[in-house]
Amino acid sequence: MADTTKEVQKKEAAPVEQVERTRSRNIYTPDVDILEKTDSIVVIADMPGVDESGVDITLEKNVLSIYGTVDPEIPEKHELIHASYGIGDYQRSFTISDEIDRDKIEASVKDGVLRVILPKAKMAQTRKITVKAG
Amino acid sequence: MLWTTGLGRFGSGLSPWAELERMENEMNRMLSRYTYPPSGEFPAVNVWGTAEQAVVTTEIPGIDAQSIEITVAGATFTVRGSRGPEPVQENESYHRRERWHGNFSKTIELPFTIEADKVEARFSKGILYVTLPRAEAEKPKKVLVKAEKE
Repeated sequence: MADTTKEVQKKEAAPVEQVERTRSRNIYTPDVDILEKTDSIVVIADMPGVDESGVDITLEKNVLSIYGTVDPEIPEKHELIHASYGIGDYQRSFTISDEIDRDKIEASVKDGVLRVILPKAKMAQTRKITVKAG
Repeated sequence: MLWTTGLGRFGSGLSPWAELERMENEMNRMLSRYTYPPSGEFPAVNVWGTAEQAVVTTEIPGIDAQSIEITVAGATFTVRGSRGPEPVQENESYHRRERWHGNFSKTIELPFTIEADKVEARFSKGILYVTLPRAEAEKPKKVLVKAEKE
């Protein structure tokens, strides 16, 4: 049971070594699905509280970094009575092995879910090679 | 001792909200026995309150707002919903699959009766905000003390 409890909780991101944060707030690791399609790689991340203006995506060499800034909506004049989740930004980086067509990366956010579509470069797309009988 | 203490939910001198946490834990234990993923623990909720109302917030990204089901009965509040897995076609494969999918149900009990007709819910950026006002009859009232004329 202890293991399953862990899974449903937000995980705080480990601080990136040698990089100091300028904002003093919690940073969480978003849960992601990474789906490989024939012509693209799709990264889907749960980032509740983030909208399209708060997402920052960078692809440097083969490292894809996503950062989601949360502008917390706190009920005015209310006291926090019970807290079972923390509020903060989201950050995560991935190493992408395939060649990506950088100019065609697309990202969208809907209901707190970020979806990044990384189209594979033509060269990297799997080609089927027919073997001719000799 | 003039006042009765330690009796009833509000008599212990503790914040009435202390009970909320205890109730939640108990309910989660009960629910998690029967379902997987443990339905009582997901989604996590934060509760904000004043003397007149409570605001419950929960993070449930990627859910269609229309499909969120909220029920209120007495002092209990329940939210139900579901999220399907990302559809996978042929020639597609998952490298990672961490996001939850399935049904969830969360019940919490507040330390007051909820005015069911005035409950409001809003879903924004994957976060659900539910305002639960305290029943009119239970709101604290100020009683004026009349001075007797001499």
